[in-house]
Amino acid sequence: MVRVMAEPHPEVNCLERDPGVLEVDLSGTFRMTDGNVPMCEDGAVGGVRKIIFRDRGIQSWDTVLLAVLLRILRGREGAQVDLTELPEGVRTLHRLATREVGRKDVSVAPSTLGFPTRVGIRVLSLVEGVRDFVGFTGAWVVSVGRLIRGRARFRREDVWEQVRRCGPDALGIVTLVSLLVGAILAFVGAVQLRMFGAEIFVADLVGLGMVMEMGALMTGVILAGRSGAAFAAQLGTMRVNEEVDALQTMGIPPSDYLVMPRMVALSCMTPLLVMYANAAGIVGGSLVGVFLLEVPPRVYFDQTFSLMTPWHVWQGVIKGTSFGIWVALAGCFLGMRSGRSASAVGRAATSAVVSGIVGIVVIDAMWTWLFMVME
Amino acid sequence: MEQAHPQKGKETVIRVENLEMGYGDTLVLRDVSFEIPKGEVFVIMGRSGCGKSTLLKHVIGLYRPRSGRILYRGTDVWGVSEEERRTLMQQIGVSYQQGALLSSQTLAENVAIPLREYTAFSREEIREITEMKLALVGLRGMGEAMPSELSGGMRKRAALARAMAMDPDVLFFDEPTAGLDPVTAARLDELILEVSQALGTTVVMVTHELDSIFGVGTDSIFLDGETKTIRGRGRPSRLLEDTEDPAVRRFLTRGERI
Repeated sequence: MVRVMAEPHPEVNCLERDPGVLEVDLSGTFRMTDGNVPMCEDGAVGGVRKIIFRDRGIQSWDTVLLAVLLRILRGREGAQVDLTELPEGVRTLHRLATREVGRKDVSVAPSTLGFPTRVGIRVLSLVEGVRDFVGFTGAWVVSVGRLIRGRARFRREDVWEQVRRCGPDALGIVTLVSLLVGAILAFVGAVQLRMFGAEIFVADLVGLGMVMEMGALMTGVILAGRSGAAFAAQLGTMRVNEEVDALQTMGIPPSDYLVMPRMVALSCMTPLLVMYANAAGIVGGSLVGVFLLEVPPRVYFDQTFSLMTPWHVWQGVIKGTSFGIWVALAGCFLGMRSGRSASAVGRAATSAVVSGIVGIVVIDAMWTWLFMVME
Repeated sequence: MEQAHPQKGKETVIRVENLEMGYGDTLVLRDVSFEIPKGEVFVIMGRSGCGKSTLLKHVIGLYRPRSGRILYRGTDVWGVSEEERRTLMQQIGVSYQQGALLSSQTLAENVAIPLREYTAFSREEIREITEMKLALVGLRGMGEAMPSELSGGMRKRAALARAMAMDPDVLFFDEPTAGLDPVTAARLDELILEVSQALGTTVVMVTHELDSIFGVGTDSIFLDGETKTIRGRGRPSRLLEDTEDPAVRRFLTRGERI
């Protein structure tokens, strides 16, 4: 934009010629681009009953002039204001900015509330969250009932789409992570076992470690990050777009149509992924065993499977499947409960991952304790 | 010297020359040429899907046209560097269809974004100015509210406050009154008119609401989806009287048989 150089500075002079009457002389340019709101020194003037604004050569102006006006008028609401000398536009803006607003339903920002109130709000929302979750789980169980009776309303294509996204699409990352975890287990074990000349038992350590614990745990964490977050983000965005509302008004329960395909897909894919992760982990461990500890491959694998029983493998699969169900449940629940804004969807996705992983660790601890008691 | 008041000797603020635009292989509009004089309320109208919003997004520099030029006071938007284009864009304000307020920030913070980025105002001054802008659109004391707590009409007014935060030369509106009840819509139109006239701002409005078109439009173009170009030009009320084009007539008379 072409601007005339050396525009005159804005000047604001306040004078109390008669007692109680403040005269404000304005001149120069009042522009946003100048980056300041000019002000006069009138701190001493009190008890003003009339304020007269005078145009003493206003060159050009924008809302900065209005800001000057409002600043002078602040705290002097009772005074009579004379704007007749000012440009008509300024008078219009002044009228708009000072008109009474009909509705005053300003919500109170949480920061202005006291500490006990905030604690109370948090606790109540937590209680509400737990209650909602129980309700959500209940609705899901009912949906499962409908599914078993063949009455659940969802599209088969959706299930296949979710199966593809949860299963095959995750293979790459599961392979990488499991191979490395297997190798790490072997390394850590080798350092200790070498002191006793018992390197061969690295094979058992890796084998049992993977199938009983690490395979399921790592798969669960990967799924929480991949699928759990995706579920929450998809369903949250659908809520923002009122797609969930639309389903409801069409008489289709969202728990069937949206939640069920994701639950089914993830619960079916997790055991398979866990088995795959176990195999990848054992291969990762064997690489260390064969190339670093120089155990012959045949001997290594014989040793791996010498102690392992089907029950060991089952333990991992049971854990993994429960992790999958938990991740899907948390992701779908938080997505369906998300607020209707971009940041709310972001929060839903984050808490889906966090609660997914925390839940996995808690469930893992419970299963481990249970299996120990059973033996 | 630039005056805030509307001027009589109309200078051209925006000139669009032979614009052709499209997505991929699809042609949306071609041979689009018009100029917008300062202080006008310029309406871009047409039926749904005719390319109104696409044209707007080209004019505000979001999309690059296939060919043709867009000039702001003589400067070609796509003929200058990225940096210069950004400076140019500071002189326009855009109010989007859904408000497009950042949902993670309060209203005051939303309005303050351009002020913080582009001006030297102190924190206190920015607070004062944002408060004033919100008061101008009738949202006094709502600065601490989050966008999600507002009704549709309030969100549109907040978007207006943000669009005019920097007192831009040109204010663009994409369907400003879509989805509002007639009373709220009329009030918003009136507000846009009052504020822009007081400040001498040029307004460019994409809309298909006849009430807005006749109520506030001082100049307009009619875009046609079939011929993919401009089919009518002029003050909407005059256009309705003068036009021979059945497509324009049908649109301006709400599909009445003629």
